[in-house]
Amino acid sequence: MANNKVNVTINGVEVQVPEDYTVLLAAREAGIDIPTLCYLKDINEVAACRLCVCEAEVNGRPMRNLPTACVLKVEDGMVVRTDTDRVRKAVKMNLELILANHNRECLTCTRNQTCELQKLCYEMGIDMERFDGEKRTVCIDDLSPSIIRDSSKCVLCGRCVSACAKIQNISVLEFVNRGVNTKVAPGFGYSIKDTDCIYCGQCINVCPVAAIKEKEHIKDVWAAIEDPEKHVVVQTAPAVRAALGEEFGVEMGQAVTGKMVSALRRLGFDKVFDTNFSADLTIMEEGYEFINRVKNGGTLPLITSCSPGWIKYCEVFWPEFIDNLSTCKSPQQMFGAITKSYYAKKANIRPEDIVCVSVMPCTAKKAECARPEMQVDGHRDVDYVLTTRELAKMINEARIIFDKLPEAEPDSILGEYTGAGVIFGATGGVMEAALRTVADVLTGEDLKDIDYEVVRGIEEFKQASVTLPIGDKQVEVKVGVVSSISAAEKVLTAVKDGELDLHFLEVMACPGGCVHGGGQPHVSAKDRIDKEVRAERAKALYSEDKRLPKRKSHENEEVKALYDEFLKDPNGPIAHKLLHTHYAEKFIYMPDVDERV
Amino acid sequence: MAKKANGTGDCIKPNDPRFKELKAYIDSVRGQQGINIMVLQEAQRIFGYVPLEVQKWISLELDDVSVGELYGISTFYSQFNLTKQGKHKISVCLGTACYVKGAQAIVEALQQQLDVEVGGISEDGMFTLEATRCLGCCSLAPVMMIDDDVYAKLYDTKQIPEILDKYYLESELDEEMDEAIESEVDA
Repeated sequence: MANNKVNVTINGVEVQVPEDYTVLLAAREAGIDIPTLCYLKDINEVAACRLCVCEAEVNGRPMRNLPTACVLKVEDGMVVRTDTDRVRKAVKMNLELILANHNRECLTCTRNQTCELQKLCYEMGIDMERFDGEKRTVCIDDLSPSIIRDSSKCVLCGRCVSACAKIQNISVLEFVNRGVNTKVAPGFGYSIKDTDCIYCGQCINVCPVAAIKEKEHIKDVWAAIEDPEKHVVVQTAPAVRAALGEEFGVEMGQAVTGKMVSALRRLGFDKVFDTNFSADLTIMEEGYEFINRVKNGGTLPLITSCSPGWIKYCEVFWPEFIDNLSTCKSPQQMFGAITKSYYAKKANIRPEDIVCVSVMPCTAKKAECARPEMQVDGHRDVDYVLTTRELAKMINEARIIFDKLPEAEPDSILGEYTGAGVIFGATGGVMEAALRTVADVLTGEDLKDIDYEVVRGIEEFKQASVTLPIGDKQVEVKVGVVSSISAAEKVLTAVKDGELDLHFLEVMACPGGCVHGGGQPHVSAKDRIDKEVRAERAKALYSEDKRLPKRKSHENEEVKALYDEFLKDPNGPIAHKLLHTHYAEKFIYMPDVDERV
Repeated sequence: MAKKANGTGDCIKPNDPRFKELKAYIDSVRGQQGINIMVLQEAQRIFGYVPLEVQKWISLELDDVSVGELYGISTFYSQFNLTKQGKHKISVCLGTACYVKGAQAIVEALQQQLDVEVGGISEDGMFTLEATRCLGCCSLAPVMMIDDDVYAKLYDTKQIPEILDKYYLESELDEEMDEAIESEVDA
């Protein structure tokens, strides 16, 4: 039925659109942009901001008042006008009312230039502060290691509330109180750090203003770089290169690996390494852990532990699956542990003089690196985590012209990587990388057919099975790949109820995996209508994988050297000390916290 | 000093037997659409208020509803109390007519006498003090209600101690009665 088309006229332009379209989408077909602030396609279509009001006529009868285009379904013969004086005045007035109590410190705001409210004011020609209302109370929650909420900037659009509820089905953030006292917050005045928040940062990605942002580590990193006593090492996650370019006008879906490496060197990092290296290392550890669990009757399905958002979700909501979690630390943490042991030894630098910085597409990584258990012999695995956005800010601060940077390669001895490491950044990537290695190890062959297309793509849940020789018999290994917490919840329920039988499950907290993480460059709601962000960015990673000569983790020469010289065996005693950890049930909204916001 | 209830409601423990009653109710409506408000209402009927412990318990019991969501509901509707309520609820009308006739003086007198803020509970747990909008009996202004009893034309705040004493006396009688019954049962 959705294929049925209807004719509508918008500002005199006739268009034919599917009958399930809203006026907002139909107008885009007619080349007309309707202003929106709260609208987020498929996630938040609630007509809250009242900026998309229009005049509409059905069968020659004008509709009452000014309906909102974001929720107004098209009808055959509908006539819509968005260019009348009445509409223009109404939209401007609504925008001015939103501004009336907004904390307008635009010049010093972290979202300066990426703020959707700021952009609208420019586009709509708001040239004076007509109303100067009582400002929203400044209530800043900066107690969590990852996410800062600033209620004085909030415009109550509800995008974060919807993202938390619909994408993740966790609903940490909710509208509380009513009327002029309405605000978006967790329950009972708790800081986000004491709630069920998993720090995925999807709320940051959708916030049109700076009401929710990451806790920045930029100043700490500059200070470390400036300190002559410190040897500052940087690692960049696979998904960062797939999106960093967007901050500098590069078209979405283009990997900027070479320029990113150059930029990091120019920023003053002593060594520019790559998390892809430790992604390969993770595959070695996790691959062998998987084989061991299948052989020795360990807890199955083995569930990946690369996504710290997923880990916290599991610890809070599914403690019964903690034994299923791979004991492997995430690539970020493995990298840190290896840097301050193996690398420190090889480079003859004291571990305490090394500062390990990582650039991640993720806000949960900030919380992960702060977890008490993420250290070895008193040395924190990772000291600071920057998001992709923060790296872009540093590059801007350093006045580097990104476009003109030469291509460069990461440093040895923790910089080599294979295609398997690269694809970690997309949903299904860890699974595909693991299968490439596990299949080779078990068959003892160098398999050529390694493109596991079935686990690729942005579908929430994907399944595959591969027959592999384990022990002395052929086992049909069933694997599953799931991204976003709302989807993971369904999969876990099915596994728990015995409806789904799996050996190996990859879970990523963010829809589409790390490429769509909470630390990635902001994409406006308008751009999200036209672009499938997850698929575009994933494309960048798969094309890099294709072009690399080595595409299997166990072929990584630097990883091989690491095992030969230092770790000895995957899952061996040294590996266990440095690269593995344990998880435990976490409790939320505990009554004895003394800090409320 | 009147103890200010802090909203964490440290008096309800997870093993409180009243949760059984709430669970029975939840089981009777489970699976239906939009039961969050109903469950909160029932919880408030059972406990008198819906503090963090109760909302946490509900969010664990019901699939798919977070503490955040429940808190959102319970702060949107004024019928929900997050803090412990007194045995008796005093509502002083601050509607136009009562206000003009001096209802503010009643509120102040009560605040002083009970050592409690508006919205708070007296230290002995006897009274919650609320300021309300029009109670619909303007001809009796200024008006105060304690539970379902209406006290009209309270021009003289000196009457207040006497009114409150009635409730203290009742409460004492109740206790004596309980004790008497208990000792009878023991015998």
